[in-house]
Amino acid sequence: MTKAKNNIKSLEGLPKCQTGIRGLDEITDGGIPKGRPTLVCGSAGCGKTLLAMEFLVRGAAQYNEPGVFMSFEESSEELTQNVASLGFDLNDLAARKKMYIDQVRIERSEIEETGEYDLEGLFIRLNHAIDSIGANRVVLDTIESLFGGLANEGILRAELRRLFRWLKEKGVTAIITGERGQNMLTRHGLEEYVSDCVILLDNRVEGQISTRRLRIVKYRGSAHGTNEYPFLIDEKGISVMPITSIGLQHDVSTERISSGIPRLDAMMDGEGYYRGSSILVSGTAGTGKTSIAAHFANAACSRGERCLYFAFEEAPSQITRNMRSIGIDLDPWIEQGLLNIYAVRPTIYGLEMHLVKMYKMVREFKPKVVIIDPVTNLIAIGSDTEVKSMLSRLIDFLKANQITAFFTNLSHGVSLEQTEFGISSLMDTWLLLRDIEIGGERNRGMYILKSRGMAHSNQIREFLLTDKGIDLVDVYTGPGGVLTGSARAAQEAQERAAELMRTEEIERRKRELDSKSKTLEAQITALRSELEAAQEEVNKLTQQEEIQEKAQAGVGAEMRRLRKADVSSADDVRYKK
Amino acid sequence: MKTGEENPDMWELRLYVAGQTPKSITAFANLKKLCEEHLEGKYKIEVIDLLKNPQLAKGDQIFAIPTLVRKLPQPLKRVIGDLSNTERVLVGLDLRPLKE
Repeated sequence: MTKAKNNIKSLEGLPKCQTGIRGLDEITDGGIPKGRPTLVCGSAGCGKTLLAMEFLVRGAAQYNEPGVFMSFEESSEELTQNVASLGFDLNDLAARKKMYIDQVRIERSEIEETGEYDLEGLFIRLNHAIDSIGANRVVLDTIESLFGGLANEGILRAELRRLFRWLKEKGVTAIITGERGQNMLTRHGLEEYVSDCVILLDNRVEGQISTRRLRIVKYRGSAHGTNEYPFLIDEKGISVMPITSIGLQHDVSTERISSGIPRLDAMMDGEGYYRGSSILVSGTAGTGKTSIAAHFANAACSRGERCLYFAFEEAPSQITRNMRSIGIDLDPWIEQGLLNIYAVRPTIYGLEMHLVKMYKMVREFKPKVVIIDPVTNLIAIGSDTEVKSMLSRLIDFLKANQITAFFTNLSHGVSLEQTEFGISSLMDTWLLLRDIEIGGERNRGMYILKSRGMAHSNQIREFLLTDKGIDLVDVYTGPGGVLTGSARAAQEAQERAAELMRTEEIERRKRELDSKSKTLEAQITALRSELEAAQEEVNKLTQQEEIQEKAQAGVGAEMRRLRKADVSSADDVRYKK
Repeated sequence: MKTGEENPDMWELRLYVAGQTPKSITAFANLKKLCEEHLEGKYKIEVIDLLKNPQLAKGDQIFAIPTLVRKLPQPLKRVIGDLSNTERVLVGLDLRPLKE
């Protein structure tokens, strides 16, 4: 791209003069034609004089090119006052011979025309002004006033032609302003004389919101942007934003950054989002979108990265207060300059203006993370196509700069998995927050709808806002379906009770068996002792018998002794024993 | 030059030119003739060549050449052009023609 542009430059040999106005030099591929006049036209109040004045002031301050401002409308005091609010000190520049302001006052009532004349006086004045400070830049604002002051248009036109030729010969880079005409770019057809570069300014009001736009109508011999570019006039002057889709050539990062919620990181490979990706969180009201955004902001600031937070719904102090209630203190980051919460109502400007403002802030603040909360509010001020076009350009811009973009989206109604303006295709990661209503309760559930380029959990997590931040817990998934909140708690308690009962039952059975075996053992012991008792009985009986026998034997011997019986009979007894 | 203060009837006129161009010469001739006719003895003409004194153009708000400026009497009046139309010059200078 740049090579091609350089080729054009060297081929055509068209030197350019940098205006120093932010964005304008990009659109014009390096500035307005050097040493030639450029026509800036537009209707009243669209910023012609300011653009011309900034061209001179920037030239004097940044490029050391002094400038002459020839005003046909306002006095030098008025001009000085008007631009003082933008931080331009014309008196100082004039004192340092960087700026020469000359007011050409033409009062038709004071002038009588008789016969032939020319505008040599103007040439001489201009020439004197240019030479006295060695000016490289000239502004004629608005030269068309001459048409109102002089009756002889024939002379005037001839002289204007001569003037523009003279300016070219003089080699000064000039801006000539002109009032917008009915069917022409300028009321008196100045574009006829200034043919090198024509810039058109416009201030359109749509739905009570005005948007300033700038367009390069023509630029002879140079490539230039052809679109209408919105521009801002703020306390630092004009900024034009060449906001076109940069395309899809940007580098992507493989670096991962934490979402600030450990369990959420765990759901995404355990590492979190990709740096420079776009993340969308959608959900109905009160599902905790801002809380997730705040966690992310907090995580970014903790890493020492700058975070730019666009709040379209809440004031900064409200956000910080609310986030304190879930244990996130953003105030220190704001104090350290790491976090910038920019709160503005969407209806304050048009969509393009918002984009311009965002660009400007991103460029100035240089954040690593940008949060837009909620992106939905922008839809109130633009049509679907406008919103989509704006967001795609914003995302392209952020991606090209490796800035991680975090959007929240307020969804309504049933179709949660649908964003209002179909921006989901622009998003790399899409988290969905939803209410789960069970058992007269409303609980928050969260899942990852998509996350490009990483393995991610397919599970729904219950999303709890605690005073220590967001916690994600597993939802109950069992035969009873998906349960959350107290239903989940109840189910879990029920399961615990059932478990308890089971273990008690086992214990009881164990005890039962225990005692049964104890009984049996006792019975065994009893029987054994019975058996022992029986044996003892037997022994006893045997002994008794012996004793008896002995006794009987003794008695027999005695009797035999007494009866004086044979020994043999005694022997018989012994034998019997 | 300062006679205006001494003589309140004195007319102080300035003719701005840029070099000796035909238009300038014509203008000066026309002016001289007109003054002789209408303001005999009570006028002063100062011819300023802007090529020599370009810084003077700003003060009297000169953009066209030639320009005749009536400095005195007040108010300031300007007539641009070669002054070939006597009637208009007289109107421009608030000089009613003497002959009705």
